[in-house]
Amino acid sequence: MYEFKYYRPGTVRQAANLLVKNEDAKVIAGGHTLIPVMKQRLASPPHLVDLSHIERLNTIEMKGRSLVIGATAKHAEVATSAIVGEAIPALANLAGGIGDPAVRHKGTIGGSLANNDPTADYPAAVLALGATIVTNKRRLKAEEYFQGLFSTALEADEIITKVMFPLPKKAAYVKFRNQASRYALVGVFVARRPSDVRVAVTGAGSEGVFRVTAFEEALKKRFAAKALDGIEVPAEGLNSDIHGSAEYRAHLIGVLTRRAVDAANAKE
Amino acid sequence: MAKISLIVNGNPVTANVDPRTLLVQFLRENLRLTGTHVGCDTSQCGACVVHVDGKAVKSCTTLAVMADGHEVKTIEGLAADGAPLHPMQEAFREHHGLQCGFCTPGMIMTAIDIVHRKGNELDDHTIREELEGNLCRCTGYQNIVASISAGAKAMAKSDLA
Repeated sequence: MYEFKYYRPGTVRQAANLLVKNEDAKVIAGGHTLIPVMKQRLASPPHLVDLSHIERLNTIEMKGRSLVIGATAKHAEVATSAIVGEAIPALANLAGGIGDPAVRHKGTIGGSLANNDPTADYPAAVLALGATIVTNKRRLKAEEYFQGLFSTALEADEIITKVMFPLPKKAAYVKFRNQASRYALVGVFVARRPSDVRVAVTGAGSEGVFRVTAFEEALKKRFAAKALDGIEVPAEGLNSDIHGSAEYRAHLIGVLTRRAVDAANAKE
Repeated sequence: MAKISLIVNGNPVTANVDPRTLLVQFLRENLRLTGTHVGCDTSQCGACVVHVDGKAVKSCTTLAVMADGHEVKTIEGLAADGAPLHPMQEAFREHHGLQCGFCTPGMIMTAIDIVHRKGNELDDHTIREELEGNLCRCTGYQNIVASISAGAKAMAKSDLA
């Protein structure tokens, strides 16, 4: 790891000021993506701004019809939160399946979303549920937030403060793990929302998380796995590597979407 | 350099560290607590697991500066020198939950964390699921699972958490 200066601001405003003042500064919270990347010297930020001691940035609460999760809420906190379990059990389930127990004690929802790893779990939930990313500057819709591989709409001095999830009628997340890395080879989040159905896929797309509109339209007419009969996901634009071909991933998307729909229906 | 103050195994510690010092480096090299191991150094194997504020974390993926103001417990902090072993340590000895022993400190720290979260009666499936982040390259999982199951029960009757 290269040298850096470490800052521990007490408020989001102080953190943002540090980002403005220090070019190429990076935000750290749980550090479970950034530290490994820095150890490999793939990143060498000269300044690290630690958000983990900002109070009330990890609050989990219901606000009206939305579940609001603070940016530094750890995966373990989301997974075991009674509020999340009541409001969107699929989201608690997703958080409880990220990494391993020790990783879940450190990793945060804000960190996962800011990094936008193409195999991360949270982006699928955010896109399928139609969540809003709230920053120190503005509110971003999920569709405009994700901008491809490790890319987001966040500006250099912008910090995620919370994520607002509108409540779905039903939802489920199913992932197929890579046997070695345990990351999602493909993960599918299905949400039956009051007005429509959304199907978001992580792990498979070469540009990161994406929606399968053909599935969404079929499921809107009838929310059952059977409704997907005869609809194929094209392999074009999907990742192909030693872990699985694009065709294999396309097939998995179909299989996992059906499982997710069944799981969502089973939760009634 | 950054000044940090933390509690390690019940003792207050203050030190000046380079911010890029990992918690595991700080524990091993500054404090000479070499029971915590560096295995993969990529947050996968769990040999470096310690407790921070009572929760299992991978100390190879935590900066020492991030532990400032927090409480750290390592394998050395489970039982005092010369005193009887912690029930989870004793269970690993009794059930031969180790072969080469390299992963053992992390396994035991994770095992205790599992008991804190899931209780004293653990079925084998739960234990195996919860060991997702701890690797034993001797593949001695059978006895590790047996040790954790017994250690979890023994912890219910012990004063040592």
